[in-house]
Amino acid sequence: MIVRVQNAAFDFSEEVNLFQAAAKYSGAIVTFSGIVRDDRRDLDYMLIEHYPGMTESALEKFSAASKVKFDLEHVLVIHRFGVLRPGETIMMVATASKHRKDAFSGADYLMDYLKSRAPFWKKEVVLGQPDGAWVDATVTDEIALKAWSN
Amino acid sequence: MKLNLLYFAWLRERIGRGHEIIETDAETVTDLIAELILRDPGYEAAFEDISSVRVAVDQNLVGFSTSLASVKEVAFFPPMTGG
Repeated sequence: MIVRVQNAAFDFSEEVNLFQAAAKYSGAIVTFSGIVRDDRRDLDYMLIEHYPGMTESALEKFSAASKVKFDLEHVLVIHRFGVLRPGETIMMVATASKHRKDAFSGADYLMDYLKSRAPFWKKEVVLGQPDGAWVDATVTDEIALKAWSN
Repeated sequence: MKLNLLYFAWLRERIGRGHEIIETDAETVTDLIAELILRDPGYEAAFEDISSVRVAVDQNLVGFSTSLASVKEVAFFPPMTGG
């Protein structure tokens, strides 16, 4: 289980290759990466703030829970903070298990927890604007999270 | 007791700082918020809609009625938006 919280960019392909090398006996690997979106093509950058210390322990807690719940053999979570431009990779998760369904479910579960329970906050700054707007949490994210405890 | 207080995102911006150490006798998180609001208008603006504020005590998410006995760090922030 590897959890990394960092400002620096990372190479998604390289991380997947390393993950697969470590999980070579697992059989099924699922990966997800989150990219800075720019629907209106006017985003200058996204600023991601986090709570050092709590972020790492929260991600480790969710990763450990996902391993037990879905019988995962390997879990990787990388999440960046700081200034990120449109198209940059914000984060990734990778899960490995014996079977496809557990790997998919584990990644999905991790993403739902990461979105609403890991202490990150995003601010979007539009081109030409001196300050940005904090991204609001959505009700659908909260519903997705609750579904796991049903 | 001495408490380490942390504020994130728009709570940090409204209060005007991300970190402070205060001396307080507040027994619960709610008591602490009530005490802070009396200090200056920045806190009042930050805590005006408590339904959009989350709190962590010693880095664990908790409810507002949580006791501050033997607590070292309290953090206030909006609902989280990771991923």
